[in-house]
Amino acid sequence: MVANAQLLLSIEDLAVSFDGFRAVDGINLYLNEGELRVIIGPNGAGKTALLDLVCGKTRATGGSILFRDKQLRGMTENQIVHAGVGRKFQAPSIYESLSVFENLELTYPKGRNVIGSLFFRRTSEVEERIQATADMVGLGDRLEDLAGLLSHGQKQWLEIAMLLIQDPQLLMLDEPVAGMSQAERQQTAELLNRISQDRSVLIIEHDMKFVEQIASKVTVLDQGKVLAEGNIDRVKNDERVIERYLGH
Amino acid sequence: MTTILRLLGGRLEWLICLGVFAALLLVVLPLAFNGYFLNLLGRYLALAFVAIGLVMCWGYGGMLSLGQGVFFGLGGYAMAMFLKLEASTPEATARQSTPGIPDFMDWNQLTALPWWWEPFNSFSFTLAALLLIPAAVAYVFGYALFKRRVSGVYFAIVTLSLAAAMSILIVGQQGYTGGANGITDFQTLLGWDITTDSARYVIYYICVFLLLGCILLGQWILSSRAGRVLIAVRDEENRVRFSGYSVEDFKIFVFMVAAVFSAIGGAMYALQASFISPSQVGIGLSVELVVLCAVGGRFSLLGAAFGALLIKTAEMYLSDLFPQLWTILFGLILLVVVLAFPKGLAGLYELTRDYALAHFGSSQSDAAVEEHADKRSLHGREEGFLVRAKRILGGIR
Repeated sequence: MVANAQLLLSIEDLAVSFDGFRAVDGINLYLNEGELRVIIGPNGAGKTALLDLVCGKTRATGGSILFRDKQLRGMTENQIVHAGVGRKFQAPSIYESLSVFENLELTYPKGRNVIGSLFFRRTSEVEERIQATADMVGLGDRLEDLAGLLSHGQKQWLEIAMLLIQDPQLLMLDEPVAGMSQAERQQTAELLNRISQDRSVLIIEHDMKFVEQIASKVTVLDQGKVLAEGNIDRVKNDERVIERYLGH
Repeated sequence: MTTILRLLGGRLEWLICLGVFAALLLVVLPLAFNGYFLNLLGRYLALAFVAIGLVMCWGYGGMLSLGQGVFFGLGGYAMAMFLKLEASTPEATARQSTPGIPDFMDWNQLTALPWWWEPFNSFSFTLAALLLIPAAVAYVFGYALFKRRVSGVYFAIVTLSLAAAMSILIVGQQGYTGGANGITDFQTLLGWDITTDSARYVIYYICVFLLLGCILLGQWILSSRAGRVLIAVRDEENRVRFSGYSVEDFKIFVFMVAAVFSAIGGAMYALQASFISPSQVGIGLSVELVVLCAVGGRFSLLGAAFGALLIKTAEMYLSDLFPQLWTILFGLILLVVVLAFPKGLAGLYELTRDYALAHFGSSQSDAAVEEHADKRSLHGREEGFLVRAKRILGGIR
């Protein structure tokens, strides 16, 4: 990690309530440039809701989300993407009736308005970038295949690759290894360690074994609040965390 | 054979299909039919404009519009208003209590031409209006709906009510619109008698060239990145949104394109039928067009255009022979197509082509690829064909 790390994302007093239920209730979270942070917590703790707020899927009812110097609250989803935030959903969301190549090409950050997309041309630069990104997630030889034919794990990697090609400063992943085999988990851990060298990564994860493989620092959420935060070993031995989450 | 096709990709095949379709419209039909029947075929081709708009908007964009008749009607009425004004010279309408205004206005005790009819005295204004007004309506409507994330069934219902509202409005404002009778009784376009046989041929050819132009333009849009964005929106809208696209802009754009295509069709209809009425605006026509598009193939511009022509021609013959049975037969055709060929006539063509390729150009490896693809296909047969077609023809890059 870089010395004198710069602050990339600062979430302060963030809150959202759905029909009176406070899914996120005054969360503070600070993320440095180049940091990989894992968010854990029991079901309903507000983990996914937190990512939804940052990427603009749901609108916050209070607080602030500062990304670099930009306030993300109030921006539309695509503006937030343009600011440099990428979001991966829990279930693989890829375009099944397009090829792997086309999936990656569509997320290539050029020609994303109507006129631009009409005149978008597939240059060799685009092709090289797609090949390189696909190689990174181990799909380099599957470019011509329909994305719908990939295995579950490969679909997850494809979606990660689709985010990588946009080169976001902040990558948010929601349970990336859910449903993966042990070998795939291992590969995903290596992949995440590699990609977090150039950017900040925020991951929601349940599998503690996997968390230990990738994280140095974790944040524990419970009932919409931060329960504990810090080094993985310390958090693991925190009594409140054991009682609320790890114990059962 | 397979290798050649793979090298050339899918584009050559599409161009061949387009060439066959163009030859049918430009050479075969004019030779086979007299002016009267050609004029009828031209009216069916006018509906094909709407069908190709629906391919873009519904097949690709996933927005089932049950109100395309509105845009067809806007184009048709704009054209009819110009033609009607030309026919309503003071000399021709000397017997009216107010000469120089369209006859239906006179019957409804109007004594002057409404101000918004005035500009339609100009042909160039009319041409501009019949493209720009539908585009503007589609923009406003699309903006209001898509920005509020109205989609799926709700979008279909709202467009359906738009069609209903539009025809009710036209019927109700008889003095300004001709009411339920529509606008009729016009013969000349810029002094040229459009009811003669030679004029019918010329207008038919204009209609065909415009249709081919729209198909080419549509295919260009669909094969650009924008086309893939539309497919992606249909598959996984959130992913597109969170890949930095303003999904609404793309939806509005394609809805506008579909509207303009429909309006051109409407204008060509008014010109060839010498008539436009609220039934060309309302729910009936709007829904019929969706059916025509589904039968032809909602993922194929050529399929939908051909389907519209074929079904309407079949209707012309069969409804004469079996007036009572035709609607039932029409329903049966729809049923068979939806159940057996979800991709319509275009899908049927793809099946035949794949079958032919498998028998004439198949090698061991192709067969293995197919088997592999079938085994891992996602949603059974449909996807299996898609995969096979892509594998065999290559043509992704």
